Amino acid sequence: MDQPDGKYSIVVEHLVKKFGSFTAVNDVSFKVKEGEIFGLLGPNGAGKTTTISILSTIVNLTSGKASIYGRDVVHEKDAVRNLIGIVFQDPSLDDELTGRENLDIHARLYGVKGKAKLEAIDRVLKLVELDDKANIQVRAYSGGMKRRLEIARGFIHDPKVLFLDEPTIGLDPQTRRKIWDYILHLNEREKVTIILTTHYMEEADELCDRIAIIDHGKIIKVDTSEKLKDSLGGDVIKIGTNKPKELVALVKKKKIAVSAMEHDGTVEITAKDGSKALPRIIEFAKGAKIDIEYSTLKRPTLEDVFISLTGKEIRDEQASGADQMKQKWRARGR
Amino acid sequence: MATTIDTIYTIWLREIKRFLKSKSRILGTGGQPLIWLAIVGVGFGSAIGVLAGGVSYITFMAPGIIGMTILFSSIFAGINVIYDKQFGFMKEILVAPVSRVGIVLGKIAGSATVSLISAITVLVIVILVGIIPVSSLTVAGLIEAVVFMVLTAAIFVSVGLVIATSINNMEGFQVIINFFILPLFFLSGALFPLTDAPLWMKAVSAVDPLRYGVDGMRGALIGTAAASYPLALDFVIILGVAVVLIAVADFAFRRMQAK
Ligand SMILES: Nc1ncnc2c1ncn2[C@@H]1O[C@H](COP(=O)(O)OP(=O)(O)OP(=O)(O)O)[C@@H](O)[C@H]1O
Ligand SMILES: [Mg+2]
Repeated sequence: MDQPDGKYSIVVEHLVKKFGSFTAVNDVSFKVKEGEIFGLLGPNGAGKTTTISILSTIVNLTSGKASIYGRDVVHEKDAVRNLIGIVFQDPSLDDELTGRENLDIHARLYGVKGKAKLEAIDRVLKLVELDDKANIQVRAYSGGMKRRLEIARGFIHDPKVLFLDEPTIGLDPQTRRKIWDYILHLNEREKVTIILTTHYMEEADELCDRIAIIDHGKIIKVDTSEKLKDSLGGDVIKIGTNKPKELVALVKKKKIAVSAMEHDGTVEITAKDGSKALPRIIEFAKGAKIDIEYSTLKRPTLEDVFISLTGKEIRDEQASGADQMKQKWRARGR
Repeated sequence: MATTIDTIYTIWLREIKRFLKSKSRILGTGGQPLIWLAIVGVGFGSAIGVLAGGVSYITFMAPGIIGMTILFSSIFAGINVIYDKQFGFMKEILVAPVSRVGIVLGKIAGSATVSLISAITVLVIVILVGIIPVSSLTVAGLIEAVVFMVLTAAIFVSVGLVIATSINNMEGFQVIINFFILPLFFLSGALFPLTDAPLWMKAVSAVDPLRYGVDGMRGALIGTAAASYPLALDFVIILGVAVVLIAVADFAFRRMQAK
């Protein structure tokens, strides 16, 4: 009964969640492999937290099916709860208590007792480097320390699956990098399957084995970061020249690129292997007496992928406004 | 997995730790009743004098003030639930693989313990300064009084929890509680005997659970002459109400979706 679905630790099929008439999660299906770091990447309001909340038994689904290691999130709530750890998007610590007391309560709730409990607490405190701050009230922690404590708490009971809902939102770059290190460590050393949500491209890129791009409650595409980027056809080369039309014609004639076009006086070329294509283009241009003023080569980012799939940037005006609001709320709560 | 007893103990432990860390709560719950005794007890006492049965007013009122201590501190235990919802800790509890009834019973046990600590503090002070004469105390009476305190606390903690599960902000909770708390208090017979009260008031006070809690404590601490009902009747009623309200709190808690 441990692994009825072979190598999958999470299986989600046609998941729907409605709040009244509003559909927050709209027919979402995906499978997460055992030991994988799986990312849900999408803008504010995409339905990431709602999906995580359903998988972690906190919110009831409207229709569809979801299971963790074969245990149904609706009908086998306790079994699922026993298998998972979660770091919520919003703060969830008792800040009147100390860091150690927060971990102690958590361990007790998960049936970790006695010596095993004390060892587990020391182990996680050390990993997130809070051992020297363990006995002060959480109220006096910085935002980053609180987040680290929450991550420590999330895996104190050795969960098989760890949910991280925007683990680094509102944190400075150094703290963010540190948290990424803990996440990678947990995944490699403790073999925890991790499902994380984010709307930071770098975070998805850095951490996730596979990324699901989600928008308006729908999963648009699931793949590795590399393959998602490759799906755009290749690298983007921009060339400034005195004869853009001639250059476009030349590139097309020589079949160096997937596509080439003129855009505001510069030539934009998409090529499979940009770093090899660029010198060849420059050489051909020389031979054809076309002057090249400058050139840039860019590997497409997840942002480019997102734009091509949804027709908008992940962080539009509205979203970053909401993000700021959320950070303010966070600062207040923390 | 944690057993239900583990869960109750864990939730209880957290409430106690939080209480011990909050000095204002400790001072507030103990201080307010003493101010009531000093001002209302002495003030009315000098105007009213000795009541039927030869009991002085301030002595009559002392169990009422203990009842008040329990009422106020218990019902505001609901604030903790709202706090937990607002500050996210509720999710941490709800996502744990523990029985829901364990969570509710732990909350009730924790908050009731805190109320009980305040109530016993007031009782000790009242005995020490001689408001309740040592001559009227018996060991059995003290034990009975504590039983009434525990059940009364369980009742009003449950009421606080039920209200808190359906309300998401402190202000809303305060408004509702303030609306109920004074009638509950004044109609309980804590401050004045209801023997000569008009019929409507007697009728309303008959459905006030605090009435039986205070009456039981009065009978146990001062003597049955000062009480309106037999101790056994007070006990059966208060126990029944406590059981029903704990069940209601359990139901309300299950229905609540974590915010
Ligand atoms: N309890 C609720 N009642 C009504 N609508 C809700 C509720 N929870 C979420 N929603 C709505 O569902 C949609 C998805 O919300 P969700 O929190 O899952 O988004 P998200 O992808 O996590 O966004 P963010 O990046 O802002 O955290 C939003 O439009 C939100 O307003
Ligand atoms: Mg979210």
